[in-house]
Amino acid sequence: MLSLLMLQHLLVIAVIYSILSISLNMAVGVTGLFNMGHAAFFGIGAYTAAILSLAGTPFWLDMLAAVCMCGLVAALIGLPTLRLVADYLAVATMGLGEIARAVFKNWTSLTGGTMGLRGIPQASLFGLTFISTARFLGLSVACLLVVYAVAEGLLHSPFGRVLKSIREDEIAAQSCGKDTYWFKMWALVISAGMAGVAGSLYVHYINFIDPTSFTMWITFFLLLIIMVGGLGNNLGAVLASVMFVAVREGLRFIGLPTSIGAPLQQLILGVLLLLVTILAPQGLIPERKIIARQTDHAKGQ
Amino acid sequence: MLKVSNLTKNFGGLLAVDHCSFEVQENSITGLIGPNGSGKTTVFNLVMGLLEPTAGQVFFRDKLAVGLKPYQVTQLGIARTFQLVRVFQKMTVMENLLLAPRDQRGENVLLGLFRPSLVRTQESDSVKKALQLLELLGLSGVGDEYAGNLGYAEQKLVELARALMSSPQLILLDEPAAGIDPILIHGILEYIRKLRDERGMTFLVVEHNMQVVMNLCEWIVVLNHGQKIAEGTPQQVSNDPKVIDAYLGS
Repeated sequence: MLSLLMLQHLLVIAVIYSILSISLNMAVGVTGLFNMGHAAFFGIGAYTAAILSLAGTPFWLDMLAAVCMCGLVAALIGLPTLRLVADYLAVATMGLGEIARAVFKNWTSLTGGTMGLRGIPQASLFGLTFISTARFLGLSVACLLVVYAVAEGLLHSPFGRVLKSIREDEIAAQSCGKDTYWFKMWALVISAGMAGVAGSLYVHYINFIDPTSFTMWITFFLLLIIMVGGLGNNLGAVLASVMFVAVREGLRFIGLPTSIGAPLQQLILGVLLLLVTILAPQGLIPERKIIARQTDHAKGQ
Repeated sequence: MLKVSNLTKNFGGLLAVDHCSFEVQENSITGLIGPNGSGKTTVFNLVMGLLEPTAGQVFFRDKLAVGLKPYQVTQLGIARTFQLVRVFQKMTVMENLLLAPRDQRGENVLLGLFRPSLVRTQESDSVKKALQLLELLGLSGVGDEYAGNLGYAEQKLVELARALMSSPQLILLDEPAAGIDPILIHGILEYIRKLRDERGMTFLVVEHNMQVVMNLCEWIVVLNHGQKIAEGTPQQVSNDPKVIDAYLGS
């Protein structure tokens, strides 16, 4: 049966996925960069945090390092690939996803290889250790709020406006004087950095990682989430994350044998995607219109 | 103001633009005409940096504009509209316009995120300017509508307004009258003249509608098969046998 603890667990996972889907939304939904390797950033963040944490680095610092490492890798990947048009970018980022997984698996001395890394310490901040699921949920929600606020803040800024214009028509955006290459670079770096936050939370919650947690399936799962939630809408991403995680984790709790549970999960998610595509092609919460209003300053002139 | 000299573009054996030279005088409305496929839009794309010329130069105010990226050309003070409209469909008309101003501080990640008063002031000045433009072009009611939901003619006007938002000194208009209601065309031409007279802007116009060209432009450059075959006042050009020949064929 669904106990309070299970509900808390489900919510922690949902919050981590919310952060991931908001971050993927920044690249895919807002900027139109078809990133098919987002699981790699999640994994790079997770491994960075795990390795540093095992070496005794405090939680806040390993999360910061995870964010920076993800941003750095994104910049390195972006340098050559952001000159590519959409389809090629998708292939290149898919490649990144597989390369990252191969590195996690084979750099045994650093990542523990297929055995993974275990015994990752609990997160603690200002002397408070997030040892119970309830406490960790609080920490995760706080991180989600920060990520959400940053994503929304950027979306409603002139910076976000340029990102959207790149999604709509990159040539026209360039003709409006925008150096689209660097805007795409920033979008990818920020998106990856947010995935680093999720990666760091994940390892401190599960206390164990191995390469199987960062397969391409995760990227597809996230793409499904943002499509169902509504591309370009962060609230939709959160809502769909909760729904999808509830289906996935919920089925595990009911106690169905894996032979039935796993296909059933895919069946339900597939039907969900179909229904949304047919009934609400823009997603559960379509992208919101941004209405610019004249402020008092301008009116007064 | 704009000087095109010996501009040549070779698309794998097809000479789209062939040693083309002409000048656009400051504060003029210059027409660029020619039959279909004569290389007019290619000249635009070469000037804007969307294509790289095979040979030749483009100078804007004595500065070499060839080799610059499209965004750098725009930052020099040249704006353009497209033959087939390229508005940002799933952005509001207002957003389309607000995108265009140059040197927006809020386009920096940190300034955009924290939006200090510097950014807000700049933004509300742009909103004010955009509202005025929308009113002038008869679009006041549709500011908050998605640009993609507007009719074709209105989208063309949005594109014109967007080009104007960047306060350019030179605007390249690619078929501004195509697909627009004749009554509205009259209004647009009036407005273009007004911008030239009152704000000192310069226009280079590609247009197929001869009435519009003859009416609007004081200087016309005629292309055929990528070569300049004539240039002069509307009167001179329309009486030039080479031009008549190019249009009517022989």
